[in-house]
Amino acid sequence: MAGSTFVYVTFIRTSVEQIWSAFTQPELVKKFWFDIDVETDWRVGSPWCIKFPDGRVADAGEILEFDPPRRIAIKWRNEFMPELKAEGYSLCVIEVEPVGNAAKLTITHSNEIENSKFIGAVSGGWPKILSNLKSLIETGELVLPNKP
Amino acid sequence: MDDDAVFRALADASRRALLDRLFERNGQTLGELCQGLEMSRQAVAKHLGLLEAANLVASKRQGREKLHFINPVPIGEITERWIGKFERPQLGALADFKRALEGRDKT
Repeated sequence: MAGSTFVYVTFIRTSVEQIWSAFTQPELVKKFWFDIDVETDWRVGSPWCIKFPDGRVADAGEILEFDPPRRIAIKWRNEFMPELKAEGYSLCVIEVEPVGNAAKLTITHSNEIENSKFIGAVSGGWPKILSNLKSLIETGELVLPNKP
Repeated sequence: MDDDAVFRALADASRRALLDRLFERNGQTLGELCQGLEMSRQAVAKHLGLLEAANLVASKRQGREKLHFINPVPIGEITERWIGKFERPQLGALADFKRALEGRDKT
């Protein structure tokens, strides 16, 4: 397959709607995503960005699809590391579907670059973010403390 | 997801080898994964099925092809559960030391 793709899947004992709220409400996102601030109005075509607690823009892009409570697609580029920014835009698709009494959350992050450094970089972050989200929802506590 | 299924799936050298191959190149078809292996296509398919059931492999349809991706999330959860809460820096140093001695990445 051309380009680089990573797929992350986790099953969370909760409803599709809960996961949807967690990803779309900035005050909830902050809790499982290392204190990151999400800024967007979630309309297709609107700008999207995530900021570090000190206000620097980490990554930015555009909402490509927004289909509650199942699917979000984001055009996504790193903004704070020149070497990663140079790789241009990636595509991040967040999908939620019910499976029995749980919900399956799938994140697919890809770009057109072979052995992409950007995809390599996010591949370290997503598993932690997802395991934080899972424990936040299932137990009400976070596994990892928030860090800058 | 069930930790037992993850440990069972990892308790087999052929399945770990398949994960290594996906780590090296993510998003392969069954046919691609079979290349150069001394396993039958049926055996590889069966191992992939177990890895998928344990959520260590995720598959996506792309046109007529089914592509397989390594899913690191359950391993991340196990790491967090069994290692993260203990002394991570020391363990990290020990793992680096072992890698340096052995001169390779895989264990």
